[in-house]
Amino acid sequence: MSTLPLLNERSSQIHRKGTAPFELECNKDSLAGAVSQRACVFCGSRVVLYPIADALHLVHGPIGCAVYTWDIRGALSSGPELHRLSFSTDLQELDVVFGGEKKLEKALNELIPLHKPKAAFVYSTCIVGLIGDDLEAVCKKVGAVHGIPVLPVQSNGLKGNKRAGYEAACDAMARLVGTGDITGISKHSINILGDFNLAGEIWLIREYFERMGIEVVANITGDGRVDDIRRCHGAALNVVQCSGATMDLANRMQKRYGIPSVRVSYFGVEDMAEALYTVGRHFGDQEMLEKARQIVKKELVTLLPELAKYKKALSGKKAAIYVGGAFKAFSLVKAFRLIGMDVVMVGSQTGTKEDYLELEQITDPGTIIVDDSNPLELSAFLREKDVDLFVGGVKERPIAYKLGVAFCDHNHERKEMLAGFQGMLNFAREVYGSVMSPVWKFVPRRLPLQDQDGTEVASEQ
Amino acid sequence: MSKMPSYTSTTNACKLCKPLGASIAFRGIEGCVPFLHGSQGCATYMRRYIISHFNEPIDIASSSLGEKNAIYGGGPNLKLGLKNVTSKYAPQLIGVATTCLTETIGDDVPMLLAEYRNEFGGSEMPLLVHVSTPSYSGTHMEGFHAAVKAVVEQLASDTIANGSINLLSGFISPADIRYLRGVCDDFGMATTILPDYSDTLDGPAENDYPLIPAGGTPLHAIKQMGGARATIELGATLPAESGGTVLLHRHATPLHRTGLPIGIRATDAFFALLSELSGRAVPAPHAAARGRLIDSMVDGHKYIFGKRAVIYGEEDLVVGLVSFLAEIGVQPVLCASGGKSGRFADAITAALAGLDCELPIVREDVDFFDIETLALELGIDLVIGHSKGYTFARKENLPLIRVGFPIHDRVGGQRILHLGYHGAQALFDLITNTVIDRKQSESPVGYSYM
Repeated sequence: MSTLPLLNERSSQIHRKGTAPFELECNKDSLAGAVSQRACVFCGSRVVLYPIADALHLVHGPIGCAVYTWDIRGALSSGPELHRLSFSTDLQELDVVFGGEKKLEKALNELIPLHKPKAAFVYSTCIVGLIGDDLEAVCKKVGAVHGIPVLPVQSNGLKGNKRAGYEAACDAMARLVGTGDITGISKHSINILGDFNLAGEIWLIREYFERMGIEVVANITGDGRVDDIRRCHGAALNVVQCSGATMDLANRMQKRYGIPSVRVSYFGVEDMAEALYTVGRHFGDQEMLEKARQIVKKELVTLLPELAKYKKALSGKKAAIYVGGAFKAFSLVKAFRLIGMDVVMVGSQTGTKEDYLELEQITDPGTIIVDDSNPLELSAFLREKDVDLFVGGVKERPIAYKLGVAFCDHNHERKEMLAGFQGMLNFAREVYGSVMSPVWKFVPRRLPLQDQDGTEVASEQ
Repeated sequence: MSKMPSYTSTTNACKLCKPLGASIAFRGIEGCVPFLHGSQGCATYMRRYIISHFNEPIDIASSSLGEKNAIYGGGPNLKLGLKNVTSKYAPQLIGVATTCLTETIGDDVPMLLAEYRNEFGGSEMPLLVHVSTPSYSGTHMEGFHAAVKAVVEQLASDTIANGSINLLSGFISPADIRYLRGVCDDFGMATTILPDYSDTLDGPAENDYPLIPAGGTPLHAIKQMGGARATIELGATLPAESGGTVLLHRHATPLHRTGLPIGIRATDAFFALLSELSGRAVPAPHAAARGRLIDSMVDGHKYIFGKRAVIYGEEDLVVGLVSFLAEIGVQPVLCASGGKSGRFADAITAALAGLDCELPIVREDVDFFDIETLALELGIDLVIGHSKGYTFARKENLPLIRVGFPIHDRVGGQRILHLGYHGAQALFDLITNTVIDRKQSESPVGYSYM
């Protein structure tokens, strides 16, 4: 496959750094027939709200939407596990004909007493948008009966792409914010936005902040609790990681409550340290900053020698990145540098113009930058750049493996903790464990490197 | 007997939606790209779900409908999507399945495809097959069977007698399909297995991303299915109208319907049918495999006798497994499925006929909340089904024997062999060793002889 099987309509969403002035289209609807790696509005809402562990998450739609998102995130909870159950109204033909409102109301009236959630999120799907069920009215009615917030999530799949789902999620959460008691919250307090507690990451992050003397009011949404979100407007600062998903909420809180926000990332050594410093600087507290420095120092003393071992083996290897959000991609580019690897392709499902501009600035010449890609493009890029490792999610995994390329899962289903300093080491270990596996000596991709009796005659190592 | 309340909502479904079944069936046809006419999310979610089981690429195209399309109709996007798929994948066939969305906005897909053929017709144009799969009615099994039926209806045209056998094998694993092909070869029968995703969803390592993976039921063979000597359709809860009945009514191809050959008696019946159709005795290697299976059952019978199992999944698979479990002395106490064919209970009763086995509780149209509630009352030793029963099995500290689809928490889901004497052997060893393992690990001192 020497030429890229590119559809003309897609060319404006692919850029090769250094070939032309940077211009990349994004936030467009996916092209019909392009086999986009993107899901839908509903997916966007579901993945953001999912980790709120003491809420009931009811998908109002046919069974598929609920079943394909059942326990989909590796988002851990330190208490309730309600988020891990998959509730659906399982709409049937007659519901579609006569409307699903009654069924929805009945379902909520059964589920709420049974599971006693602190709140319920009711997700709209394509079909609900079409048949025009009044989610708002049903939720209001049921909420009044049971005395808990019942929140419609307007995530009808047609409304746009995944980003529209993030907004719908923030919209639903914004209704909770401001409804709780904020007395006694420290002036050095934050909300953690956009970390989803995959493999327990938010526990690590919270601990760093707490060691700096900061009170964490609410996790939004990893290991999230409804009551925390209700009082999160009492925090002094919003610390936003996955900005695509949660910046909208931070912006609303800025407008409504004057709470400022900072954007951070917990992936990689530089960004993790910078996240702590950014928050410390925000509070302008020297003691706090000193504590941050101590944390970073303590962690790096053990981490760097460990990383050096991996760097030795991985130096000069090439990596490709295709992830959901672009912000994660920035960190990954830096994290790969730290272990000596070159990023030759980077893309995301939902990046913004600003995101891609930043990616263009931090990557090396020749790097491919791509928005809303698909398997054929991605596989062509992997081959063209002859990469040693691909970073993505479940849908990207078979693309890498089929081509004989190592893979690292950096999506929401992963089970390895990759955030924080410990996470950087885990990341390096996972990359090393895949790139250095002997299996690649046997895949067709490397066969030309062997002579007839199977002895390796050339090696890229 | 259980007083299980009937809840309005579904909690942890034991079924999947219709378009997913259609997508998998289409993937089993040579040169075919599955195409969902709906919003982008459906295709992406199903791809993700299927990839997690097979660990193979599965490209499912979408017409990626947005809000405007829902108002003005999805026709333009469907056509654009078909055009893009054609130019990028050069498929021989595009299998178009609808979704809840396009069914509800009332897109007339056959008409749109006819228009498309007129607009873009030519030698380069792939064949187009359409199937109606509204996600709000039925399960993935209905979608699977509907796609098979649509393919037969829309492609099988040639009725010149060709002496071959059609085998509509249902939703089984790639390992099962490969096994069936081997069996038919051993009987010396030219056989068209439809669908055949044994290669397309379980392919070799490659040096290229397969645009369309090699393998699948050849199109020329599908076209000639009307001229076959007979059709065998596997499944105990098949719909009244199916690929098999289409061939019977349109092309007068004799139809033999029989359950999935899981366990001894069902496999015996299947082999007897093959003997009859081929005019040959059961080939020696298979007779030998049967002998070894029974010998091993003698060796291991004591360890599993009387163990109580819950079995869930697609109705046909559950019927097959129940029959087998009764043969090896494991008591099936609860048979559950998210499907709702209306034929499940009768099929289970029929499968147990002649064995000294108490009738289990049979529940269709249930979810894991129901299964768990019932199972707790019944006292269970073993959980047998796909990965989605893991949550429940873990909670109750019960061993889970993974079979069927999806297997999302282990490697090798596609390599599980359920069918024939070989499949029964593999299942028997697995079940027996699981029970032994449990007893061994619960023993305070352990032991190294049985």
